[in-house]
Amino acid sequence: MSTPKIRIRGLKKSFGAKQVLDGVDLDVERGTGMVVIGGSGTGKSVLIKSILGLVTPDAGSIEIDGEDVLRAPRARARALRAQIGMLFQNGALFDSLPVWENVCFGLLAQKRVTRAKARDKAVEVLAQVGLDANVAGLSPSELSGGMQKRVALARAIASEPAIMFFDEPTTGLDPIMGAVIDELIVDCVKRLGSTSIAITHDMASAQRIADNAAMLYQGKVTWSGPAADLLTSTNPVVDQFTHGRAHGPIKMALRK
Amino acid sequence: MNRLLNFVAAIGAVTLGTVEFIGELALFTISGVLHIFRPPYYPRQIARAFMEIGYFSLPVVALTALFTGMVLALQFYTGFSRFNASSTVASVVVLAITRELGPVLAGLMVSGRAGAAMAAELGTMRVTDQIDALSTLSTEPMKYLVAPRLLAATIALPLLVVLADILGVLGGYLVAIEKLGFTPGAYLTSTFSNLRAEDVISGLTKAAVFGFVIALMGCFNGYRSRGGAQGVGSATTTAVVSASILILALDYILTQVLFVK
Repeated sequence: MSTPKIRIRGLKKSFGAKQVLDGVDLDVERGTGMVVIGGSGTGKSVLIKSILGLVTPDAGSIEIDGEDVLRAPRARARALRAQIGMLFQNGALFDSLPVWENVCFGLLAQKRVTRAKARDKAVEVLAQVGLDANVAGLSPSELSGGMQKRVALARAIASEPAIMFFDEPTTGLDPIMGAVIDELIVDCVKRLGSTSIAITHDMASAQRIADNAAMLYQGKVTWSGPAADLLTSTNPVVDQFTHGRAHGPIKMALRK
Repeated sequence: MNRLLNFVAAIGAVTLGTVEFIGELALFTISGVLHIFRPPYYPRQIARAFMEIGYFSLPVVALTALFTGMVLALQFYTGFSRFNASSTVASVVVLAITRELGPVLAGLMVSGRAGAAMAAELGTMRVTDQIDALSTLSTEPMKYLVAPRLLAATIALPLLVVLADILGVLGGYLVAIEKLGFTPGAYLTSTFSNLRAEDVISGLTKAAVFGFVIALMGCFNGYRSRGGAQGVGSATTTAVVSASILILALDYILTQVLFVK
């Protein structure tokens, strides 16, 4: 059996008295897509930020290609994480830079493209997400929400990453644009042969973009399996969450 | 007993919070300064910060210095003429401007304009995940965002103060000639005969320190802001207030160090 592209074991993280991750175990096989679901505040974003090195976990290990990034020398950890492309929930485009510089920011930082050729490269990548060349010179604030998401996706795939993370890729978009973004994600991941992890509350999107799914609940992975089984799972937590039931094992504090 | 314990706990919490804040600020400062000297460098970011802090602050600093020089000439004339010492107005105006008011007023103006802008920009970048995005794109945010601003502000403020010195003296000159009846030759002779190089250099040294402090407070408060629009607003206010207070406090300390003999 081959080593998973990403292997997480016993990951713990607390903020003050709140234990957000309490021993998360997760394997993501090479070339597959994993979607992580769970209620708000269950640590989905903290999980992804821990892999990216934006949050330092309290305990546990995160292996990429069999190497523990939490214990690797800083330069090696940086090199391992450099193969990750990230699509942030709100796009997180740099509003001081035009679209083409946003798209090629990582390539310019890694000196994989010169400034002179960056614009052409950006136009090429923008075409892959269905955007015209005339968008390249615009500022992010001049774009609609859907276009911003596409530009953010273009930025994430520009360096052809081996791993891709998507943080709620369809949030804030209408259902049609959400489906378009999902299709683009599937296309890009397939074309690049990447391994992906997505976070979403959108069950239709989860089933479109991922092969496998894991449910985070009370700081742990409470269920994992094929994404196609999400809606038919007999696990009471998954069942309540995926069908959006107010009553069940997941308790929401209501102020009356 | 419970009240006493709560009181002790509150003191402990404040002490720990203060120590944590000082430690965080010290680490941020050291990291920012080290990143100025370590490659890769971002000349475009430095140039952009220099334009933002230096070039776009020119009008406000120029006007402040000009009017301050004019007011000083009037006030000193009013005071000194009571002691038959009105001929010293030019000397006192130039010393007040170069030693004190040029750097302090330029510092306060730049703090209100550029320091606030830095905190707001970095704060917005923080709450919209743009700083995290930099990290995921093989770019160290401290190096890309903070180091260029620290460097640009430390260089730009002395240059602004050179302009403030010139315009402050010009303001005093205009009032003295047009309103107070001084002759141009006598005013200029009195201005330059008592001015020493160390007066100007000390003012410029203060300006460099103030520039660093303005950028540090702007970046530090923006970089660690939390909680959306309210957090960004709060970071901006804190950046301006803390930089202004530090400028006034450091002004006294630097004056002690540089001028007392």
